[in-house]
Amino acid sequence: MEQKLIFKDYNEALKQNKLLGLKCRDCGAITVPPKMVCRQCASPDMEVVELKGSGKIRTFTTVFVASEGREDEIPYTIVMVELDDGPWIMGNLEGIDPKEASMELVGKKVKMGNKVFPGDKYSAGEGARPLFSLV
Amino acid sequence: MKKVAVVGVGETKFSGPQEKTEVELFAEAAMEAITESNLKPKDIKALFIGNVLGDFAEGQGMVQSFAAENIGCLYVPANRYEGACASASMAIRDAFIWVASGYYDIVLAGGVERAATMGTGLATRTFAMFSDARYEYPAGITFPAVFAMLTHLYADTYKIPLQKLREQMARVSIQSYKHGSANPRAQFFGKNADMTVEKVLGSFMVSTPLTLHDCCPFSDGAATVVLASEEVAKKLTGKPVYITGTGQSSCGPLGNQSDYLPRIRAREISSQRAYEEAGLKPQDIDLCELHDCFSIASLIATESLGFFDYGTAGEAWEKGEADIGGKIAVNPSGGLKAKGHPIGATGAGQVYEVVKQLRGEVEPERQVEGARLGMTDTLGGDGGTLVNMIFERGW
Repeated sequence: MEQKLIFKDYNEALKQNKLLGLKCRDCGAITVPPKMVCRQCASPDMEVVELKGSGKIRTFTTVFVASEGREDEIPYTIVMVELDDGPWIMGNLEGIDPKEASMELVGKKVKMGNKVFPGDKYSAGEGARPLFSLV
Repeated sequence: MKKVAVVGVGETKFSGPQEKTEVELFAEAAMEAITESNLKPKDIKALFIGNVLGDFAEGQGMVQSFAAENIGCLYVPANRYEGACASASMAIRDAFIWVASGYYDIVLAGGVERAATMGTGLATRTFAMFSDARYEYPAGITFPAVFAMLTHLYADTYKIPLQKLREQMARVSIQSYKHGSANPRAQFFGKNADMTVEKVLGSFMVSTPLTLHDCCPFSDGAATVVLASEEVAKKLTGKPVYITGTGQSSCGPLGNQSDYLPRIRAREISSQRAYEEAGLKPQDIDLCELHDCFSIASLIATESLGFFDYGTAGEAWEKGEADIGGKIAVNPSGGLKAKGHPIGATGAGQVYEVVKQLRGEVEPERQVEGARLGMTDTLGGDGGTLVNMIFERGW
């Protein structure tokens, strides 16, 4: 059985600012990032849907110690966003000073764009991530 | 199932970068455990070894076979376990299951790592491999960042002002430094006993709000245990320590745990299984060596393990309830924070401490008096692997 939505297609869509997910035909739950089965009921009977990409920040951090190869990116802010469609996804937050990120961000509404991590020698290629901004 | 005992333990000093190879470090810990067990290498029927990043640290894969041959355990099965920071606990739990089944009667289990040797950049990169490579790493996730986000989520979930929570977390580090400073095998032996809340909060910022003193160090080291069936154990030692309950659990990327966060559901499942198997409750446990990779991780762990109510663990540390003489003695070794965190060996280091505590063989200032029941808690990744084990004094 093939997974309905694989990373390659999810990634290509994200690079066009389209967030693809999977809607379960059995329980209606939305699963993103993509998996073989529904994150709520484990049914494989799901269809690919385009999500809005909007949501609210649930938590965040600003990173000051980078992984090898990503030293030029610090400081940067990572956020976990609860999508209006339900699931939480990880991305970065732009349009703020990372050094000023505070608890006031929690609960703030965001919209989604994207930014591509070009990859390193371990990553088997590039990968886009959601790049959020406050609305 | 047969009853299974720990009959011997061994451990190197946990440390910063050092010159011994992983095979040499493992051998040092293994020979201590085998000798303490009144056994010879030829008596070992199989080796189960946790090792996470030897490929990156030394360019050495399949370390378990070289380690077995190096100590004279010739031509026996040798398996390597990789469950990020929980690897050695996975190895010991599987060794327990094999001995309990009756298939083997004597197994050596443990782990080895040279995380400090890799240096901060490569260690940070490779530790991030235990988050989701496709859906989390592009955002620049690091291990401190995972627990930093859990800290902010914890503050928001339980409505604790962030400054107050940070001060409570500092108490976790201070307690760990105190015990680690008295543990000769700890990376911070003789150090940081004078740590203060102000020093923790004012140290270098790693990932907001976690400072250097909220984070465990990168470490080199090895630890091992010898497990034997009850009938063999009784011939080898007058002080067998029985493994009476275990649990292991797994889960996916951090975002997929959102129904429970900041609780780690895999830990709740794993520890409940261990308690049920042992026929015990959290309040029965005298000491727990738990996975304090970051100060916030101790609060989250003690709540999921059932020692304190959700959102109250910080208060428990303030009142000394998580210290020796409190409700539960947490990390009398100094924990990952002060003893150190050679990730592939960490779980075995926890078992080493619990066994020594139950035997009454640690330094007086950090001995839990009369300890009869001990527990370990080891976490790999951002909740991706959880292992809990319960130990009981057998005499």
